[in-house]
Amino acid sequence: MHSRFIQRAPENFLSSQQLQDVRAGRRGFLAGALIAATAAATAGKVRAQGDDPNIVNLPIHSKSLGQPVAARAYGMPSEWEKNLQRRESPGLTRVGQASVSFCPLQGLFGIITPSGLHFERHHQGWWDIDPSKHRLMVNGSDDTMLKRAMVFTMDDLMRLPNVSRMHFIECGANTGMEWGNSAVPTVQYTHGMLSCSEFTGVPLRTVLELCGADLKRGKFVLAEGADGSGMTRTIPMSLVMSGEVLLAYGQNGEMLRPENGYPLRLVVPGVQGVSWVKYLRRIELGDMPYGTKDETIHYVDLLPSGLHRQYTSIQEIKSVITSPSGGQVLLDKGFHTITGLAWSGRGKIKRVDVSVDGGRNWKAARLEGPVLDKCLSRFNADFVWDGKPAIFQSRAVDETGQIQPAYAALREVRASRSIYHNNAIQSWLLGENGEVKNVQV
Amino acid sequence: MCRFEGLNSRLLTLMALCMAAALPAAGAMGAEPGQKALSGIGRTATSAEVKAWDIDVRPDFKGLPPGRGSVRQGEVLWEAQCASCHGSFGESSHVFTPLAGGISPQDIKAGRVEGLLPGSNQPQRTTLMKLSSLSTLWDYINRAMPWNAPKTLSADDVYAVTAYILNLNNVLPADFTLSERNIREVQAMLPNRNGLTTVHAMWPGKELGGTSRPDVQGSACMNNCQTEVVVKSSLPDYARNAHGNLAEQSRRLGPVRGADTTRAASGFGVVSHFEENRSAVPESVAQVATENIADSKASSATVSTAAISPLLQKNACVACHGMDSKLIGPSFRDIADKYKGRTDAVSYLSGKIRSGGQGVWGAVAMPAQSLNQEESAQVAQWLVQGMRK
Repeated sequence: MHSRFIQRAPENFLSSQQLQDVRAGRRGFLAGALIAATAAATAGKVRAQGDDPNIVNLPIHSKSLGQPVAARAYGMPSEWEKNLQRRESPGLTRVGQASVSFCPLQGLFGIITPSGLHFERHHQGWWDIDPSKHRLMVNGSDDTMLKRAMVFTMDDLMRLPNVSRMHFIECGANTGMEWGNSAVPTVQYTHGMLSCSEFTGVPLRTVLELCGADLKRGKFVLAEGADGSGMTRTIPMSLVMSGEVLLAYGQNGEMLRPENGYPLRLVVPGVQGVSWVKYLRRIELGDMPYGTKDETIHYVDLLPSGLHRQYTSIQEIKSVITSPSGGQVLLDKGFHTITGLAWSGRGKIKRVDVSVDGGRNWKAARLEGPVLDKCLSRFNADFVWDGKPAIFQSRAVDETGQIQPAYAALREVRASRSIYHNNAIQSWLLGENGEVKNVQV
Repeated sequence: MCRFEGLNSRLLTLMALCMAAALPAAGAMGAEPGQKALSGIGRTATSAEVKAWDIDVRPDFKGLPPGRGSVRQGEVLWEAQCASCHGSFGESSHVFTPLAGGISPQDIKAGRVEGLLPGSNQPQRTTLMKLSSLSTLWDYINRAMPWNAPKTLSADDVYAVTAYILNLNNVLPADFTLSERNIREVQAMLPNRNGLTTVHAMWPGKELGGTSRPDVQGSACMNNCQTEVVVKSSLPDYARNAHGNLAEQSRRLGPVRGADTTRAASGFGVVSHFEENRSAVPESVAQVATENIADSKASSATVSTAAISPLLQKNACVACHGMDSKLIGPSFRDIADKYKGRTDAVSYLSGKIRSGGQGVWGAVAMPAQSLNQEESAQVAQWLVQGMRK
């Protein structure tokens, strides 16, 4: 909905005939940029010399009355930001209820994902569950695993001592389409099953202790969702005991969004998203792993030996340049900031290096704070574009010493049929016209 | 009902003082909240409640309810409640990945599926090729199937459907009845029962006996790390607009814009020092086995009428489009003629097939078709190439 105050969209600024003229007359950078991305042909590029009408002609918002408070009881992003949306990747899935929507990483700043742009992965559709009717049951795989099986309401859980922590969540299949070859055009589709929030909730350990759990015999935890898929995953006990695993109800200062498991989800820092069970209804303490559907039939990683790896949980060291990235166009030569995200399921990010020549030479990027455990970290690097082709890459290192591998190193061990856990270095090829493409080198 | 406006300020002050004085005595603020301090939160679950929700079945079959179901009973249930998504023989990839296929008698004997090895001709990994524990299949059906009405099958139904799936793969004979008594014997016949491993470093903790050292490590090299940088893979030109117009997917503000992918790229330049060499990716690498993730790679090879006909039949394209004569929609020949000169014809037509359209050829709308990206690109390719015999 464009208001009458808004100028014609930039892509209408030049007619196709004018574009032809530009192409015929000027073969330099500007023509290329105009044709490759007319959106790039903003007023700034083709405006006649002289005074800026945006300055000399006072705009309507300077000369009249704006809108009242609470005009929108729940605030929404600007009308101008509608390009940044969660999107499905065409052809990836056939049914919306068993699908993925990808987070628009190409336009985000800092490390926190706005809740409305958080990626989605549903196995059997999402729900907005009445929280007054939601229950969490905690039981044991046998009668002696807990002193007593218990039931908690949301009122109960929100009364317990809580913590708030920032963590990334990444689907195990993120970048899965790229195992064999470049398959999708933008960072939204290559890396967009990734988000990061501040989560608030109760350490699972607190609730297990409240039930009198036998933490010597109990070596595995099963988490189970209340939705149709009844998502079940075996949760590593070491993360429960360290207090990291949370029964979370809060996300970025408000309650979880329905698409993210309202009113209760498990937070398992550093571990692939499928283990962060949404609409969490049950926790079972047991003495053996559960071999659930999403750890025996799905989310198993095929190796060249023909064996599948089971219970692959940790999201390993990874990074990606989010801008400039595939499908974007640089508007001009000269100074640019290369910006991106780095993360590791093993701990904090220690450093990020950036290459603009396809991995021949690297320079350390600036790691922007805060740098937190199992959380996205933002990095920036300066780049002065001389108009020549370039290949952007980023490479992260975590505090355990793990270095993000190139595709060759990853495929040498795991070939290209694992589907899950692709953490290879991403390459973006910058062309002479300023356009950036997804490539593999 | 008390209204604060009705109280004078001195009384308010007095109340506040009294409350402050009373607080330390009333609770245990500041103390470490131990198990005792948290008492009164939550309640004991009843056995009926636990029974209603504790439905998981472990690989050692703990949690498996008693019951029995035959292959024949399973077949009836399958046709009524499963086949619409999974196909009558578990072969369907229309909605979900195939359940059956890719299994040999040798696999059943060995407990390892040969079709999982590199270079095998399996187009997709079926459920039975991966399944290592029968409890998983039983539990999956019991908790999540049918997809649009999960948790509505009886235990006997689940045994029957499980038996039918195993029969589709020739693991069980057609006269078999599966029950809690013989399920362990059937487990010992699963084709991929020995096909999973936990020997890796991606499980936090030591419970699974994995390795402590990750299997892949990157390079820390900073200078002159590679002598040659070659672009081995990039998106084909016809896929430029396959994800919609990227100009509408980036912010219209700042140092970059989204590329207008409704137009062909121009002026990208000869990338001389990163020369493209797509053939460097072996075909076996490019063929990614898929399950949740489909491969968007499509072929640009010649598509003949004979090759495309099954696809046109299957998707009922021919119900509305004749080869050379107008039916409800334009003939394929007319479409081919109209777009033959257009440089982006393949991506345009491919997109039109999938999105549907109205007004180009008349008022009758074409609904969006359910062909996948690769299939629609093939049809478009065939049209643009002039419907070769």
